[in-house]
Amino acid sequence: MAMNSGLQWKFRMTEHPFYNYKVVHQFAIMTVVWGIVGMLVGVFIAAQLAWPALNFDTAWLSFGRLRPLHTNAVIFAFGGSALMSTSLFIVQRTCHARLISDRLAAFVFWGWQVVIVAAAITLPMGFTSSKEYAELEWPIDILIAVVWICYAILFFGTITKRKDKHIYVANWFFGAFIIAVAILHIINSLALPVTMTKSYSVYSGTIDAMVQWWYGHNAVGFFLTAGFLGIMYYFVPKQAERPVYSYRLSVVHFWALIAIYVWAGPHHLHYTSLPDWTQSVGMAMSLVLLAPSWGGMINGIMTLSGAWDKLRTDPILKFLVVSLSFYGMSTFEGPMMSIKSVNALSHYTDWTIGHVHSGALGWVAMISIGAIYHLIPLMYGRKAGAMYSVKLIDLHFWLSTIGTVLYIVSMWVNGLMQGLMWRAVNSDGTLTYSFIESVEASYAGYVVRFIGGAIFFSGMIVMAWNIWKTRQLALANPTQAEEEQHPDAQEVLA
Amino acid sequence: MDITDFRSLATVLCAIAFTAVVWWAYGPSRKAQFDEAAKLPFLEDDETAGRRTSDEHADARGSNE
Repeated sequence: MAMNSGLQWKFRMTEHPFYNYKVVHQFAIMTVVWGIVGMLVGVFIAAQLAWPALNFDTAWLSFGRLRPLHTNAVIFAFGGSALMSTSLFIVQRTCHARLISDRLAAFVFWGWQVVIVAAAITLPMGFTSSKEYAELEWPIDILIAVVWICYAILFFGTITKRKDKHIYVANWFFGAFIIAVAILHIINSLALPVTMTKSYSVYSGTIDAMVQWWYGHNAVGFFLTAGFLGIMYYFVPKQAERPVYSYRLSVVHFWALIAIYVWAGPHHLHYTSLPDWTQSVGMAMSLVLLAPSWGGMINGIMTLSGAWDKLRTDPILKFLVVSLSFYGMSTFEGPMMSIKSVNALSHYTDWTIGHVHSGALGWVAMISIGAIYHLIPLMYGRKAGAMYSVKLIDLHFWLSTIGTVLYIVSMWVNGLMQGLMWRAVNSDGTLTYSFIESVEASYAGYVVRFIGGAIFFSGMIVMAWNIWKTRQLALANPTQAEEEQHPDAQEVLA
Repeated sequence: MDITDFRSLATVLCAIAFTAVVWWAYGPSRKAQFDEAAKLPFLEDDETAGRRTSDEHADARGSNE
């Protein structure tokens, strides 16, 4: 009997009769694992900013080395795994086709894990190309390019097998994300290798800065926005059990968003040696971006019209909808900060860090978490969203929300204070404050940020526990899982 | 033709492209097609996936309404 249920579970988990759920499941689990690792590093370096002694005078525990480890882990390991899990899930289910190759899928999964482990080893050792969000050295860059191209073949190959003529909008967003990231990564990482662990960028001076921020902002635009909008356009309708508010708006949303995002990069280089007209183009395009961003947010939130009551009982839907609220908030804040006169106050302060995290924690992490809660029970043969404990999902929701709010509010306060202190001058023209005075004044904000981050992190532990229990539940009682599986499925078959 | 003309031209071309996308998305003749597309995530579930032929596909779509 036990053996039988074990077999049943294995069948459920790894061998769905039609789709390749194995790779979806693997990436979903690694989303949680890398989320925990990446956020733990984040909490640790947040603590270092409040209490600098925590670097223990050890080079590989220093902020400069762990900060890129944190950003790479949360963006590419946590976010990347979430995107690969959900995109490979959605492309199969909306094209009604199995992935073109199980071996290619396995290569993409294991290749991506090797990249992450290589990053986790080389960054603390101090190997870096010093390009922000693209710190990894050239051998790892080449591996990323190979894995990414295989991922593209897997995704687009499956699209060519689709049964319906139309390609669902979520797949358009994923497609744009995959193509854009390939182009951005390859062009920005072009370098001359000197040794196995050191290379120099082929670009120099201002051109280097512009290429870097063309890459950097589109990592935000395509990796952290377009891909997660793909998640939104599938999981919000599924969890709300109704089609998206306006499919036609989603078409305009897609083309407007991808056409404008690529021009916004120069707003990272205001008041630098970048030509003034380029800065103005970046600022204008960033302001225009508000329109497609809010179009998408409204489309997602309005999908709930007529079903708002579901928010009272369904914490997964709360994750998805609140993530859209944070998305709306940070895509309003972003264009505002790109205005040159506002940027003169905000740039180089903690306001920028707060802005990034209102997008990263509030939008990217929360929509990923909602999507994983929806799909992980399916991997164990249960109904979508049928986790072990709904109360624990609700607890996780509140931990995430409170953690994000503490984080961004403390960084707003710190950022405004720093910006004002740095620009304050006495009547004789000398600076009112020394830099170290602004660091000292930031202490309270750093402590609150650490607490907020720790609260958000603890939610990820709750999630891991809930997934573990869901898995055990499915293992112990596969027949019940069978019965719970879509009661209407039998009707359709009959 | 100097650089300013090119800039004006680019602005006009972008405006035309945007108008074209809006026209295409909101054209009344394509409404039914997009309404169908919006239902794509709801067409199948795990149990029935791959077991239906494309004809049955169309049936399922009909019964969804």
